[in-house]
Amino acid sequence: MSAANPTQRWLQAHLGLVYLFLYGPIIVLIVLSFNRAGLPTAWTGFSTEWYGKLAANTKIINAVQNSLIVAFASTAISTVIGTLLAMGMEARRPHPALEALVAAPMIIPDIVLAIALLSFFSLLKMTLGLHSIILAHAVFNIAFVCTVVRTRFKHFDRSIVEASIDLGAGAFTTFRRVTLPVIAPGVIAAALLAFTLSIDEFIIAYFTAGPGSSSTTFPMQIYAMIRFGVTPEINAVATIVMGVSFVLVFLSQRLNREVEA
Amino acid sequence: MTSNRLLLLAPGLAWLTALLIIPCGLIFVLGFFERGVYGGIDYTLTTENFARAVDPLYAGIFLYSARIALTAVVFSLLIGYPAATCIAKQPKRRQMPLLILVMMPFWSNYLIRTYAWIVLLNREGLINGALTKLGAISEPLPLLYNDFAIVTGLVYGYVPFMILALYSSISKLGPELAEASTDLGADSWRTFLRITLPLTLPGIAAGSVFVFVLSIGNFVTPDLLGGGKRTMLGNLIYDQFLTARDWPFGATLAFLLVALMMVLLTCQAVFVHRSATQEEARA
Amino acid sequence: MQKQFFGAAVAVVLACVAGAASAQDKIVISNWDAYMPPELLANFTKETGIQAELSVHATNEEIMGKVTASGGKGYDVLFVSSPFAEALHKLGLAAELDHAKLPNLKNFYPEAMQLPHDPGLKFSVPYSWGTTGLCYRSDKVGTEPTSWNDLLKPNDTLKGKTTMLATDRWLMVPALLSLGYSINTPKEDEVAKAKDLLIETKKTLLAYDDTTFYSKLVSGEALLVEAWDGWCNYGIAENKDIKYAIAKEGSDMWVDAMVVTAASEHKDAAQAFINYILRPEVHRWVAENILYKVPNKAAMDGLDPALIKQYPNLGITPAELLKFEQMRDLGDAQKLWSKTVTEITSSN
Repeated sequence: MSAANPTQRWLQAHLGLVYLFLYGPIIVLIVLSFNRAGLPTAWTGFSTEWYGKLAANTKIINAVQNSLIVAFASTAISTVIGTLLAMGMEARRPHPALEALVAAPMIIPDIVLAIALLSFFSLLKMTLGLHSIILAHAVFNIAFVCTVVRTRFKHFDRSIVEASIDLGAGAFTTFRRVTLPVIAPGVIAAALLAFTLSIDEFIIAYFTAGPGSSSTTFPMQIYAMIRFGVTPEINAVATIVMGVSFVLVFLSQRLNREVEA
Repeated sequence: MTSNRLLLLAPGLAWLTALLIIPCGLIFVLGFFERGVYGGIDYTLTTENFARAVDPLYAGIFLYSARIALTAVVFSLLIGYPAATCIAKQPKRRQMPLLILVMMPFWSNYLIRTYAWIVLLNREGLINGALTKLGAISEPLPLLYNDFAIVTGLVYGYVPFMILALYSSISKLGPELAEASTDLGADSWRTFLRITLPLTLPGIAAGSVFVFVLSIGNFVTPDLLGGGKRTMLGNLIYDQFLTARDWPFGATLAFLLVALMMVLLTCQAVFVHRSATQEEARA
Repeated sequence: MQKQFFGAAVAVVLACVAGAASAQDKIVISNWDAYMPPELLANFTKETGIQAELSVHATNEEIMGKVTASGGKGYDVLFVSSPFAEALHKLGLAAELDHAKLPNLKNFYPEAMQLPHDPGLKFSVPYSWGTTGLCYRSDKVGTEPTSWNDLLKPNDTLKGKTTMLATDRWLMVPALLSLGYSINTPKEDEVAKAKDLLIETKKTLLAYDDTTFYSKLVSGEALLVEAWDGWCNYGIAENKDIKYAIAKEGSDMWVDAMVVTAASEHKDAAQAFINYILRPEVHRWVAENILYKVPNKAAMDGLDPALIKQYPNLGITPAELLKFEQMRDLGDAQKLWSKTVTEITSSN
């Protein structure tokens, strides 16, 4: 590999720059979060005071709690429903309309789904709150879970199911003993994906949220912080968010690799 | 088995029907009503909203959004293609980690990644500061609150997708193909144009449609990086709902956006299908 | 494993529902972020035993959108600018106020009781009022701005370093005043002339901004901005070279008001909250905290003179304020204005 020709070297240099482009801005925020003045204009010394301020910021902590509730609930709902849907779709070649229905929430622009749900909830005169965000997030999460789980079925030999039923096992036992172990890695990966999507989602939550801090999610809080003033606390928030999501991605990749092996 | 299958499908179908099909149908229907004087909906049938959508003003916003989205696609391609090629040429065991490294930023919060560019691009920001210190410029450049900032934000947000789509297409090509072509005396540029590029068109199409669709409906990036001076389709729809309180017109615009997207996705599907059948025919 | 997962899911969903239910026992107040002292709600609860929760909105339009969508359900007190209070009233979303529950209205300036948008304060209670003018870095602008034209047609020093307010109503104010028109004009030709002027101005603007313009002044990104007087004071607090001036063509008189929603299930508690704000010491605390003038005579009379010296626009009297035209609801002309503003913000 060392015998790289000029084209190859150019490509590698380019790839390096792409990584710089992708990570540069993130690194800048991380560095700034430790800057005493908190401003990008000058380095005024190392400090963790912004993290201290953050820990005392009840608005942010409250928003994180709300986001966790939404993410856990919508993940739980969509993992169950999405997995069932995937099993149903894999039982026989699904109708193209069904395929399209499952693909739709993944490609429809967020803003469209957001206003559609707001109009719908408003027509029903439904009281909005965290529960309406959960309902909304489950829409796209069901689609993502279903798609991810279905890829696991590609490894699945359907004759085992038939064999199991022939041997007199009930449908549920077959599911628990035969199907589930095969698709479990897919289900876990799907749940992780759903969780990540939900916890980062902003626009749909913004439109379907109810009044008050009791239904302000973490991304909504971040948006308000960006819109309302450049408080350096946001750099500390950014650093923590980056850290957590990188760890999550790392874990899910590890999980995937062990499964593949 | 059939009844079992229906039981499995039922909860998902019910959920998607109640919270996707009906709300989206509602959006379509809303487009045919009038706005009440104080917002809300006046249930009088009209086609005025659709006529209004082709008014030069709103058609202009459509075109402007398409232009910005297209620019983002072009730059994502220019940045993504060489990067994906380079990754595909690495030894197998190194490819996965490199790809994960590309996708990693994508998994963290989009708002925060957009905010980073405010810090970098503003008049008193990092890039202007560095350039001034180096003596390259005497006056700060207007980098933020314009089209440049919006395109930068979109490319930054979506280039990982482009690279992923391109990689899956490029990595399918064996090195043999290019070698054969080079052996036959074609220079590498010719090989690229005649062989590699056409064979990776499905990846290019998939990545491009993806970046285009995400960009044209985007609301956050123009809002935060455009300084309120630029209205894209996403902002226009947002404004109809939360500023002008003209839900029927907002619904019409949303419907048109979805229609445009469907057309694009169908084109892409047809395209991929055709190149797949061509490949089969060749094989 | 599976059962635990289900159990957890059910528990979370139940927790949410329970959370939503318990939220019913307190009043929900929607206000702009940082537009009242952070400890105010806790103090209110301590004194009255009424639980209160704060919700924040970025703009009038946003809270209007949310309230029209939900019929006002879930909100008890809304802080909005007076044209929007009028619209809420016309939509039937604002509750009629019971002055017997608002005895502290006696502290108000008599002028504040008879404002054009709601004479006699039947459905809204003014919270703060003021002017819209020029806020600038006196150390960097060269000659000090005195006219809206300094903002609309900036000289070379200022080009690319000015911002204007982003929401429909205030975006139009400088152009309308500079052309000598009413800030509530429904006339198509006048609105069109203002539009042409603003499209030209846009080419020289750094941004439309109604939330962070003062920090842009502090950092030096902007040198001259269109600002509400009180928000200019946030800049003055951080940099003494920042100054505020009313343009010679005048200003609008804006009033931010408190409205009780018609859908509120806690109207007594909501009015108790408003009455609490109207106490001289509380309303004074508000003025000192947010640096805006309040229409409460007893509160303003107690204001520290040093504060007025530091922030001169706090000293603008009700008589001076009332010289300016009050911003009113546009009614049918709203559609024309919305379209016009879209034309401006989407122009190249």
